Amino acid sequence: MSRELHMFLLVVAMAGITYLIRVIPMILFKKKIKSNFINSLLYYVPYAVLSAMTFPAILYSSGNVISASIGTAVAMLCAFFKRSLVVTALIACATVLICEVFITYVFI
Amino acid sequence: MTKLSFKHGLKDGIPIALGYFAVSFAFGVSVAGKGIPWYIATFMSASNLTSAGQFAGAEIVAVLGSVFGILLTQLIINSRYFLMSLTLSQRLDSKVKFLDKILMSFGITDEIFAVAVARGKPITRNYFLGLMLLPFLSWTCGTCLGAVAGYILPKIVLKSLEIALYAMFIAIVIPAGLGDKKIFFVVGVSVTISCVIYYSPIDNQTLTHLSCIICAVIASILGAIFFPIKINEEKHIETSSSSESTSLSIKEKGVENE
Repeated sequence: MSRELHMFLLVVAMAGITYLIRVIPMILFKKKIKSNFINSLLYYVPYAVLSAMTFPAILYSSGNVISASIGTAVAMLCAFFKRSLVVTALIACATVLICEVFITYVFI
Repeated sequence: MTKLSFKHGLKDGIPIALGYFAVSFAFGVSVAGKGIPWYIATFMSASNLTSAGQFAGAEIVAVLGSVFGILLTQLIINSRYFLMSLTLSQRLDSKVKFLDKILMSFGITDEIFAVAVARGKPITRNYFLGLMLLPFLSWTCGTCLGAVAGYILPKIVLKSLEIALYAMFIAIVIPAGLGDKKIFFVVGVSVTISCVIYYSPIDNQTLTHLSCIICAVIASILGAIFFPIKINEEKHIETSSSSESTSLSIKEKGVENE
C-alpha cells in the first residue's frame, strides 16, 4: 500500500468516526442524559484533552524552549485576560517570532 | 416571531470564518511540516471540520499509524460533539426533517454550536446551513493555503506559527477554568500525566499516540468522581465578547437547560 493511500484511509477513518459522533445523538436521542457521572465526565473531557495536548508539547513547538516558553507565558496571560482565541493565537505567534528574531540575529 | 433564515446564518458565520482562517492556515503549515501532502491535508479539513481532532489525527497520519489508534483518538477527542449534538437536537425547529439532520450534523463544531445555541430561537435548517457554510469554506481553504505556503514562507515564520493551535487551546481552557475552578483540577491531573508520559524513559510510539487518551480518560474520571457536576446547578462563567471563547461555557449551559 502506498504512503498516500495509507494516509487517505486514515483520514477517511477520522472523518467517519467524527461524523458518527455528531450525527448519532442528533437523530437518535430525544431524552436528556440522566447520569450525573456521565454528564460530569463529558463536561471535563474537552479541557483534559486540550491541556494534555498542549503540555508539554507547546514548550517544544518552535524548536527552541526559550522562545516557546515566552510564547506560552504570553498566551496564558492573554487567556487570563480573556482575549479571544484568534487574538491569543496571533499574539503568541508574534511573541515567538520576535523572540526567534532576537535569538537568531541579535544574541548570536 | 420571524424564523431564522439562511441569510442570518451566513452573517453569523462571518466572524467564525475569519477565526478559522487563521487557525486552519497554521494547521496547514504544521501539517505540511510533518510531511503530509497538501491535498491530503485539505481533504482532512474538508471531511473532518474539527481543530483538536485533526491536530491529534495529523500526528498519527504523518507516521502512518494504525486505523484503530486514529479511531480511538478521534472518539475520545471529539466526544464533546456528542454532547453538543444532543443539545442541538432538543432545540431544532419542528420543521427540521431527518435528512436535514444528516446534513446539519456535519457542521457541529465548538464555535458553530455556540453561536447557534446563543441565538436563543428554534434552530432552522436554513439558518444552520448558512451558519456552517463560510466557516467550512474558510477552514478548508485556509488549510490548503497554509499547506502550500508552508514551502514558501521563511523557516523562522513557520516555527512561530506552530504555537498558534496550542495558544488557542490555552485560550479555551484558562477562561473556562477561571469561571469554574474544578476545571483546573482536571487540567492539573491531565498535564501531570502528560508530562510523566512525555518525559518517561520508555520510548514507545503507541504510548505516545495514546498519551492524549490516557490523560483525558484518567483526568475526566477523577474529575467526575471528586467534583461531579449537578445538572441543574446554576453556573455563570464569565466570558469575553468573542463568540469563540464563549463556546464551551455555552455548551455547559446547554447541558443545564435541558
